[in-house]
Amino acid sequence: MSSLQSYLLLSALLFSIGLAGALTRRNAILVLIGIELMLNAANLNFIAFWRFGPTPSKLTGIMFAIFSISVAAAEAAVGLGIILAAYRHSKTTDLDQMNSLKG
Amino acid sequence: MTATFLILAVLTVAGTAAAMGLRNAVHCVLALTVGFAGVAALYLQLDAQFVGLTQIMVYVGAVAILAVFAIMMTHSPTPVPIPAYSTRWALGGVVAAAVFAVLAWAICSSSASSQILPPQPDINVQQIGEALMHQYVLPLEIMGLLLTAALIGAVVIAMDRKEEIK
Repeated sequence: MSSLQSYLLLSALLFSIGLAGALTRRNAILVLIGIELMLNAANLNFIAFWRFGPTPSKLTGIMFAIFSISVAAAEAAVGLGIILAAYRHSKTTDLDQMNSLKG
Repeated sequence: MTATFLILAVLTVAGTAAAMGLRNAVHCVLALTVGFAGVAALYLQLDAQFVGLTQIMVYVGAVAILAVFAIMMTHSPTPVPIPAYSTRWALGGVVAAAVFAVLAWAICSSSASSQILPPQPDINVQQIGEALMHQYVLPLEIMGLLLTAALIGAVVIAMDRKEEIK
């Protein structure tokens, strides 16, 4: 088993854990955290491919990871703001009870 | 695959799995910081020191604190505790396991993953800063604009509008 393969497998496992959390948890904040975990797995892939790629001195993977982390931070701030607004509206963060748009 | 990688991988997976599995939301965020720190250590292991330290500052520092604040502000004592998992949690677990199976199959059958490790690149922060200020200056400016918009947007969305009416 090569080392890139082990990093990719670890990243796939992190992605699946985040996906499982986003699909099964009822607390909206923990669903958002699951999405953050999936973004983290993608970042780990960027760095692993950069390090094992043919030209690691070109900084491409590092730049991708830095910009991806910035976008994830913006997403977390806006997502938690939306959760606070939804909590003020419906007095709950339980996603199974946020069904006022359901037909 | 070294012993360091194995230890970090076990730590990261245990932290994230606990973050997605525990019932108390505050415990989840505490476990999540362990997982994020493990990912940061993996970045350091991959010779990406700048990204590793950025990961610690942004995720362990900012995102986890933000999540704890959101949990505190949305916490309301209810007579009946809300169950931690959705009613159709088994379906979500099956979907996640299927996604992992497909990804693992693709990784194991790919020839690209049999790369050997190139020699360690000598990257320092000065080179990253110069690249950000020359080659990647437009994405950097757009990122600054995006972060400003996200900051203002988050404040506007989370603001209590009832006080304006009074």
